[in-house]
Amino acid sequence: MTDGEPMELKRTPLHDHHRELGARLVPFAGYEMPVQYSSIIEEHRVVRSAVGLFDLSHMGELEVRGDEAVAFLRHALVSDPGALEHGQAQYSMACDADGGIIDDLIVYRRATHEFLVVCNASNRAAVVDQLAGLLSRGDFGVTVADRSDATALIAPQGPHSAALLAELTDLDLDAIANYRSADGEVAGIACLVARTGYTGEDGFELFCDAAKARELWDALATAGERHGLRPCGLGARDTLRLEAGMPLYGNELSRETNPYEVNLGRVVKLEKGDFVGRSVLAAVQHTGPERKLIGLRMIENAIPRSGYAVRADGSDVGRVTSGTLSPTLGEKIAMALVPAELAGVGNAFEVVVRERPYRAEQVKLPFYRRPRG
Amino acid sequence: MAYPDDLRYSREHEWVRVDGSRATIGITSFAADELGDIVFVELPEVGTTLTQFAAFGVVESVKAVSDLYSPISGEVLETNDALRETPELLNADAYGEGWIARVELADTDQLDALMDAAAYAEETT
Repeated sequence: MTDGEPMELKRTPLHDHHRELGARLVPFAGYEMPVQYSSIIEEHRVVRSAVGLFDLSHMGELEVRGDEAVAFLRHALVSDPGALEHGQAQYSMACDADGGIIDDLIVYRRATHEFLVVCNASNRAAVVDQLAGLLSRGDFGVTVADRSDATALIAPQGPHSAALLAELTDLDLDAIANYRSADGEVAGIACLVARTGYTGEDGFELFCDAAKARELWDALATAGERHGLRPCGLGARDTLRLEAGMPLYGNELSRETNPYEVNLGRVVKLEKGDFVGRSVLAAVQHTGPERKLIGLRMIENAIPRSGYAVRADGSDVGRVTSGTLSPTLGEKIAMALVPAELAGVGNAFEVVVRERPYRAEQVKLPFYRRPRG
Repeated sequence: MAYPDDLRYSREHEWVRVDGSRATIGITSFAADELGDIVFVELPEVGTTLTQFAAFGVVESVKAVSDLYSPISGEVLETNDALRETPELLNADAYGEGWIARVELADTDQLDALMDAAAYAEETT
């Protein structure tokens, strides 16, 4: 597939099993990961209608603990992890001094002075470097431990995921609301059970010892049969998150974008005091961002893709950050960064596909919102 | 994998079925499987002339965009308009309902540059 990979790809604890399942494995963020097992569209639909099982063990898990863990994370991240209750989770970002996004993260409060920070595999080194750099200035009574290689992350996602999980755990899942977590056993294996995900559906992320990954996966796959479970790859994960309007680092998010441009200003807590990037971000908040991330729906028949030019009134004004044929909506959809003054639901744009412009209109994000029941 | 014996195959994973001076072309089941779910096909215009081994259209899966390369030269007589609405025919029936275009062969000698089923099977293992 891809020639001349510069370095040996890492493998998750479930790598051999993915191969047995007939997955197509591709290089992703330095790992050899399953992009699909059978069909991206079928896997996508299984998550919207039943339950899909993802191996996300490539993700980074950093443990931050110490008396000053709250003060440290308040300084290092744009959000306020001090506002979290025990077990609660928070979507966050680490920004650089210029307000550019180093990574987007989920922070889980494990105890008063202990947090789990989950980062993208592709940015694990950058996040570790950033946190280590801040620590080396010596003002914080905190340790940061990278637990990524010892930790597996297995995610059942979809409307049937709670019913499936309930068969395998004594935890009261009704007590674990969205963006909450609890420690417990699943199929007899010690896990952090978090009600988080990246699909736009109800679902869970189960963190366990890497040595137990296969046992946990098999228990979920076996019990999941009568819930319609299928293993799902990163291909479906990408179309699911795009329909749900969730940004992907490297597409919507980068060091060249700030949180306000990508509609994540609500995550930034300027009032919490000083933190890395605050002065720049406060200025952006004050003046408003120059660019804005928008949703596009194609009116004419072409599929928008990352990097394609976006035009307004005949001139190039921005770029598609992600695009696809939406399996759920049957529409060709995209997210794009455009000048803020051009953004407005219903506004007309064109996306240039193979040197020809195709009409599109701005629509509200997210493209898809799950039915609440 | 076995491939139909009555077709000729290109290294770019297109097939051609010859019927007198005319030919039908498409992509192989190997190519369709490699691409995954095909969600969009850009067909050539009727009346345009295809050049052997040159790009003449585009096929898109959920994740990727790939050029189509013509296995032979010739004028396009007809295209499979069903693919505009149901591109998944390429996955479901690559050698039947998933045909892409019919062309008037410019030069039957060009067929000598293509593989038979056995050679193509070897190529794709």
